[in-house]
Amino acid sequence: MTSVDFGRRTWVLRRGGLALRWQARTVITCALLAAAALAATAAALALGDFPLTPAQVWAALTGDSRAGFARIVVLEWRLPRAVAAVLFGAALGAAGAVFQSLTRNALASPDIIGISSGAYTGAVIVIILVHGSYLQQTAGAFVGGIVTAATIYLLAWRNGMQGFRLIIVGIAVSAMLTSLNTWLMLTADLEVAIAASAWGAGSLAGIGPREVLVGGGVVLSLMIVLTAFGHPMRQMELGDDAARATGTRTEPLRLAVIVIAVGLTAVVSAAAGPIAFVALAAPQITRRMCRTPGVAVLPAALTGAVLLAGAELVALHVLPVALPVGVVTVVLGGAYLLWLIVHEVRRR
Amino acid sequence: MTGGTVTDGTVVPLRRRRVIGLLAALALLVLLLLASIAVGSRDIPFAGVLDALLHDTGEGDAYVVWSLRVPRTAVLLATGIALGVAGMLIQALTRNPLADPGILGVNAGAALFVALGIAVFHLSSPGQYVWFSFAGALLATVVVYAVGSAGRGSIDPIQLTLAGVTLGSILFGVVSAMTLLDRHTFEQMRNWNAGSVASRGWDVLLPVLPFLVAGVILAIAVAGPLNAIALGDDLATSLGVHIGRTQVIVVVAVTLLAGGATAIAGPIGFVGLMAPHVVRWIVGPDQRWILGGTLLLAPALLTAADVVGRTVMRPGELPVGIVMAFVGAPILVLLVRRRRVSAL
Repeated sequence: MTSVDFGRRTWVLRRGGLALRWQARTVITCALLAAAALAATAAALALGDFPLTPAQVWAALTGDSRAGFARIVVLEWRLPRAVAAVLFGAALGAAGAVFQSLTRNALASPDIIGISSGAYTGAVIVIILVHGSYLQQTAGAFVGGIVTAATIYLLAWRNGMQGFRLIIVGIAVSAMLTSLNTWLMLTADLEVAIAASAWGAGSLAGIGPREVLVGGGVVLSLMIVLTAFGHPMRQMELGDDAARATGTRTEPLRLAVIVIAVGLTAVVSAAAGPIAFVALAAPQITRRMCRTPGVAVLPAALTGAVLLAGAELVALHVLPVALPVGVVTVVLGGAYLLWLIVHEVRRR
Repeated sequence: MTGGTVTDGTVVPLRRRRVIGLLAALALLVLLLLASIAVGSRDIPFAGVLDALLHDTGEGDAYVVWSLRVPRTAVLLATGIALGVAGMLIQALTRNPLADPGILGVNAGAALFVALGIAVFHLSSPGQYVWFSFAGALLATVVVYAVGSAGRGSIDPIQLTLAGVTLGSILFGVVSAMTLLDRHTFEQMRNWNAGSVASRGWDVLLPVLPFLVAGVILAIAVAGPLNAIALGDDLATSLGVHIGRTQVIVVVAVTLLAGGATAIAGPIGFVGLMAPHVVRWIVGPDQRWILGGTLLLAPALLTAADVVGRTVMRPGELPVGIVMAFVGAPILVLLVRRRRVSAL
């Protein structure tokens, strides 16, 4: 089964079509993932040092006057982090799907063109050299990520953009930045280095209402634009020549979706640190759950949301010690992906 | 096939390019090895270095040269060869140009065991890390191989790659949790993580050397069959190549080489990824020529990085793992902009 069989109908999921069984599986998977993301959000709102019943959470959310203190707990303390986990996870999953689809390489993720290492460099410089505030860290990370991505794109541009050259240049620049980060950590005081390292693992601890409004707003609008490119991206997976033959303008399309994916990753890296692995794992996990040949953006976004929201729950309420959510994401998501890989083989 | 490659509109006979390229790499390597012996925090004029090399008096300059710089240069040569050849093998096996030796989980496994050694057994020197690091690398590779080849006789390259990256990420996650929770481990690990050959001498190199030699011999043995595997599993089988056996040999060789190099110097990235790429652009896709070129170019790169690291901050020095990318990356970017790149 190849992507060709899906044709245009893949995006009109609910109407069914020729390959009904595959679409049904994708639709059901997406529905389950969405339900899981909602459940994780609800749990995140109810659980904590001040446990609430579902009724209390609902009252707080709907603005019921009887909610009282629960209102502050839910709306101001828990809601920003819970929403951020879902939205940022979705952004990373979508960005990963875009890169793996464009490069047709399972190892590709936005990290490869240096956004994460660039964002980390920006933040580490602010943390270690300037001793800046959380807001300055965020700004440093955002600038670092965007500047790195732009540098790589310019270095890789020569009579047009070739996917493979972009990847090689990305690897080269990322390696340099990673070295720089290691060196900065070596020169820093131990306490500062540990703080920088914790930020580098990816954490939602600093997320407040303002960060969610700005970051989440940008993420949502970029995702909406991205869905418009779903069909031409599927054509691109057939190869540039085939895509052109079916009427896709490959160069502008590639630039547009790369810019969107970079934007998604940069926003998340700035707000929550370079959360590793979600972008790489989410499309692969989704591909195995939906049993589709290629990677699809929307299911991958949902998987990313569930991954990050679930990891956040575990990090906050299951583990006896405080660990950044990025660490938990890698271990849980990784274990699940390994299990999926083995399971997939057994089925064959 | 015309036996030539078009570069900038001119046809250069492939054979001549290969020979010239290899000779140039050899000359570069010899020069850099000499430089590595000549340069250090103690200022010794080049004539003095030569004199010390020829007459080992055991004191003064001769002591510095023979007990510090020569062993260190030998470590650079061995580690560079090991990382480069491991990179060449893993790229050929997975048919993925983004693959580096770390993909089999070698670095992550080594990191986990070294972190455990520090946290539980209170290790503190490179000499003590060696066997922990090696054992961790071996164990991680065995798991990755088991997952990557589960369900059938031979390895599925994509399955292996994903399994390696995933297990590597999990192990690094665990290491990062361990270091964030324990300051002492964090401090030790941030030094190990940088990848350095400082104060690595014969005591660290010699125990690991037999494994590295075995790895290189295995690599030479499979270079021919790997050419056939590049054509795809079906064609390779019909050409008489035993795919399963070749894959197992490659995995064993990569484990020995990358595991050994990491045991000696800690994780040094980029050289295993970059050297085979550059060599491939010069000599073409024949794995036997790529192996030959990598044997020369990878240690040259690593030595260059270490010499730079020793020079820029005298009398202090930068770890070679940190300098490596700064020396290699600009070259890689220049090359990738100049040439039509080979996508394997």
